[in-house]
Amino acid sequence: MNTKNKSNLLKKNIILAILVVLISFVPLLYLKNAEFSGADTRAKEAIAEVAPNYKPWFSPILEPQSGEIETFLFALQAAIGSGGVCYYLGYIKGKSKKDEGKDE
Amino acid sequence: MPKKYQVSLGILLALLFVPKTVFAMHIMEGFLPAKWCISWGAICIPFIVVGFFSIKKKISVNPKVKMLIAMAGAFAFVLSALKIPSVTGSCSHPTGVGLGAILFGPTVMSVLGLIVLIFQALLLAHGGITTLGANTFSMAIVGPLVSYFLYKFLKKMKVSMSIAVFTSAMLGDLMTYITTSIELALAFPDQTGGFMASLMKFMGIFAVTQIPLAISEGILTVIIFNLLNNYNKEELIELKVISEEE
Repeated sequence: MNTKNKSNLLKKNIILAILVVLISFVPLLYLKNAEFSGADTRAKEAIAEVAPNYKPWFSPILEPQSGEIETFLFALQAAIGSGGVCYYLGYIKGKSKKDEGKDE
Repeated sequence: MPKKYQVSLGILLALLFVPKTVFAMHIMEGFLPAKWCISWGAICIPFIVVGFFSIKKKISVNPKVKMLIAMAGAFAFVLSALKIPSVTGSCSHPTGVGLGAILFGPTVMSVLGLIVLIFQALLLAHGGITTLGANTFSMAIVGPLVSYFLYKFLKKMKVSMSIAVFTSAMLGDLMTYITTSIELALAFPDQTGGFMASLMKFMGIFAVTQIPLAISEGILTVIIFNLLNNYNKEELIELKVISEEE
C-alpha cells in the first residue's frame, strides 16, 4: 500500500461523499414549495383513502413528546451509529499502520 | 431542445403524476390488521433464529469478527436515522443493511436490523411493535437477501468490486420499500381494483421516493467498503467477501 494509492482512495471517497450530499440537497433546491414532512402522517391518509373504515388498533407505547425530542432521539441514534462506525474505521486504520511498521 | 431541458421536463412531468399522499417509511404502529402482524412476525422467526446462531458461530470461529459485526450494525443504525429529502417532496430513510449482508450473509443482518427496528419502535414511535414483523421482513430479511445474492452473482460475473457493492446495496434498499408496499397492498387492497391497483398505488410512490435514497445508500456503502478493503483486506478475504487476487 503506497501513499499514492491512499490519496487516490481519499479522493475517490470524497467525490463519492460529495455526490451523496448533492443527491440529498438537490430536492431541497428544486422543490421549493414541497412540505418535506415525515411520511408517517401522510401515510395515514393514504390508507384512509383505500380503507376508509380502518381504525388503528394499537398506539405507540412511548411517543416523543415534541418535535424537538424526536429530533434529539434521531440525532442520538445517528451519533451512536456513526460513533461505532468511525471507531471501527479508526481502529483498522491504526492497526494497518502498526502492521506496516512491523514489516519494515 | 437541449438534452438537459428534455430530462428536466421529463422529471417534472413524472412528478406531476406522483400522488400527493406519500408513504415511504416503516409501517406505523397499529396500521396493519392483527392477522397480518402475526403472519409477518411468524415468517421472520426462522430467519432471526438462523441469524442468531450464525452470529454465534462466526464469533466462535473468529472472535475478531465481533467488531466488524458491531460496525455493520452501527452503520445500519446511522443510516436508518437519516431522513433524507427526496424528489417527491417527502422524506424517507435508507436502511443500511446491505453492507452487513455483503459481509456476513443475509441472516446476520436480520438480527441486527431487528434491533434497529425495536429501538425505533420503542423510543421514537417510528414503525411499531405490532408492525415489527412486517417491517423486519422488508428491511431485515428481503433487503439483505437481495443484497447478498446480488453481490454473489455480480462477483461471479466478474463485475468490479465497487459496482457490485453499489448495485447490491442500492437494490437491497429499493426492494425493502417495494416489499413494504406489497405488505400494505395485501392488507389494504383497493376496493375497486383489488390488490394490484393498491400495489401500483403504493409502488408508484415508493419507487420514485426511494430511488435517490437507494443511490445514496449504494454510494455510502461503497465508501465504507473502500476503507475496509484498504485497511482490513485480510478480514474481507477470511469472510470470503473478496478473493485473494484482488
